[in-house]
Amino acid sequence: MNSTVLSLLAAFLLSLIGLFAFMWSMRKGLLVENPGAAAAIFTPGEIGLADDPTLTAHDRERLQKAINATNARTPDERWQNEPDTDFTREQRMQADESSRWPVLLLIVFACLWLVLGSIAGLTASLKLHMPDWLVQQAWQTFGRMRTMHLTAVFYGWITNAALAAIVWLTPRLMRTTLRGAPWIVLGAVFLNIGVASGIGAIGIGWTAGMEYLEIPWQIGIFIAIGLVLIAVNVFDTVRHRTARHLYVTSWYHLAALLWIILLFIIGKLPGVHYGVQQATMNWWYGHNVLGLWFTPVSVGIIYYFLPKVIGRPVRSYNLSILGFWTLAFFYGQVGGHHLVGGPVPGWMVTLSIVQSMMMIVPVLAFAINMACTIRGRAHLVKYSPTLRFMVFGAVMYMLSSLQGSFEALRAVNQVAHFTHFTVAHAHLGAYAFVTMVLFGAIYFMLPRVLHREWPCPRLIAVHFWLAAGGAMIYFVFLTIGGWLQGTAMLDAAKPFMDSVAVTIPYLQWRSVGGALMVTSHLVFAGHLLAMLLKVKSQRTGPALWGDPAAAAAAALEVRHGK
Amino acid sequence: MESEVKLASGALATLAVATAALVVLPYIQVRDIQAPEGLKPYTSAELRGRNSYIANGCVYCHSQQPRDKNFGPDAERGWGRATVPADYVYDKPHLLGSMRTGPDLMNIGVRQPSQDWHLGHLYQPRAYVPGSIMPSYPYLFEVKDKADTGEVEVKLPPGQGPEGKVVIARPEVLDLVKYLQSLKRNYPVLPPEPEGAGQ
Repeated sequence: MNSTVLSLLAAFLLSLIGLFAFMWSMRKGLLVENPGAAAAIFTPGEIGLADDPTLTAHDRERLQKAINATNARTPDERWQNEPDTDFTREQRMQADESSRWPVLLLIVFACLWLVLGSIAGLTASLKLHMPDWLVQQAWQTFGRMRTMHLTAVFYGWITNAALAAIVWLTPRLMRTTLRGAPWIVLGAVFLNIGVASGIGAIGIGWTAGMEYLEIPWQIGIFIAIGLVLIAVNVFDTVRHRTARHLYVTSWYHLAALLWIILLFIIGKLPGVHYGVQQATMNWWYGHNVLGLWFTPVSVGIIYYFLPKVIGRPVRSYNLSILGFWTLAFFYGQVGGHHLVGGPVPGWMVTLSIVQSMMMIVPVLAFAINMACTIRGRAHLVKYSPTLRFMVFGAVMYMLSSLQGSFEALRAVNQVAHFTHFTVAHAHLGAYAFVTMVLFGAIYFMLPRVLHREWPCPRLIAVHFWLAAGGAMIYFVFLTIGGWLQGTAMLDAAKPFMDSVAVTIPYLQWRSVGGALMVTSHLVFAGHLLAMLLKVKSQRTGPALWGDPAAAAAAALEVRHGK
Repeated sequence: MESEVKLASGALATLAVATAALVVLPYIQVRDIQAPEGLKPYTSAELRGRNSYIANGCVYCHSQQPRDKNFGPDAERGWGRATVPADYVYDKPHLLGSMRTGPDLMNIGVRQPSQDWHLGHLYQPRAYVPGSIMPSYPYLFEVKDKADTGEVEVKLPPGQGPEGKVVIARPEVLDLVKYLQSLKRNYPVLPPEPEGAGQ
């Protein structure tokens, strides 16, 4: 049977399955909206209230006024439904209390790796246009510096921060306390021993040699144990839940935890993969780390914090179901587009290109849902730092994912493949989207974890603009440079060195962007350190959600209760 | 969604589909591929050199997968014919690469067979390729007053070496160069037709 007949048959079968799925969802009433489930992140009476712990009492009042004004202008009764729960703020405080120590530890590790990893990244970037700088020591060479950067920010920063968000949000969303907190702390220690040893191993030249999978499998065992310890206890918390519905955020987070563990273990299995098959496995893993770990965790975070800050449930619960399952199905299969034109089975590359285009479906589902949730309220980003990070991240998710879909097409890939264009795209996703969302989440979580305010809220704005500006400079210049590099490389009349020379000014601009990002991280880490060390400490009543009476009561409670 | 069991099984099912498509099926498809006649297994020196290629992260700037002429002028640049899975049967881990900050190296042994060129180029790439952004690798060499017996002295273009001293290649870089010289995928992909075929 030739491939045309096969693909026609497959398309026919797929549409039949799609039709049945549609009929089934109609019968199950899945197309009827479910505002109760969408409001699951609120406690009774909380809808319409601003919630951003990064704000001072005065700024919180301004945010609340802005929300009240908007709600008065465009009343939206349908989304004023009360959540179907008697879960109170006090119970939620207990949930937060139960996850304090693991979350704090994960955040501190994450910030440590962020600073080290981004300094390594800037060094690698500088080395690309200053090739004789720092060449005397083996560990400083570009090939190792770049890889230490990648390992530190992937497994160190993003993974730790993502786990912190999962561990903090799960008890809240399950409406119970965290189970097995000491085990999660142990898991975090294992994970970070693995990350530190992995980076050290790369520095001395001990590496598995595959992109994203460089950490030797012997060290990978630590990371796998750490992840499993954390996941087991998160799922134990889910098992003890009192919430009836699993909120959108939890679907993404729980699925992502399962996915990353399986991905990592299969990817690191020693002695199984070799040659071309290893390359397909490599990119199955490489793209799924982004698609099935970073992306779902960050999307889940946005689904929680964005509605929470503005006090308005997410617009469509069902659209988020569609977004989740299409992401789960399509994203796993897109990795082959990294091997377009390579010596791998053609059908696999084609499959990956098709599924890359299909990724437009979950991205649009997410984008429409978020746009409708925040419609008429976009100006609130002026008042809330958390919201600013979340909205910026959400927009960048849309852009980077759409860009990725088109980048997979053979015509675009022909130019972009093997160039800095891909690197720029990776940073749009991993930085402008994922990292910015994680920053927002940390800014929101830490005051609740430490019962303390951020010492200097102005620094949050400084951090945001440095990071956002740096990322944009990085992305724009490197994208242009990469594209010029690709077109020069495809022109047989030009010598190869032309494709190198044309990138130099853009590589320098990339270092400028990188330097801004590193500066922003130093601001962030310094701010966090000041908060930990109680510089200018102000106690926040943990129940301080925008009404002064509760704040006063909480403050009294703290003073007299202890 | 109300059931975490359904959620988990759904999540595992979608990952299973992806794994089947990108890991298992390619494995089944290429596992029986035999090494072509023209391809020899790496020698132990070449394997040591390959490890040093991996340890120093050469793969992050150099691909090893010339593409078909429909995709670009790889062949015209002298990078060789498009490769096939059989060309990689001895590659563990694979080094296909994803960047061409520098040129493709699948056939660097054909283009640059000279040990002197490789050693000098690794010591200071800009002595050979003006404008190159490849790092120099001084830590793979030793600078001495004079070479001992059995040591390989690097012959650099005039004015590139340190004044009054000689540059000695360490064993590690000699192995690396042996590996680079071994990168030749210029044999025919298909075995030649047996004599008298088609008559």
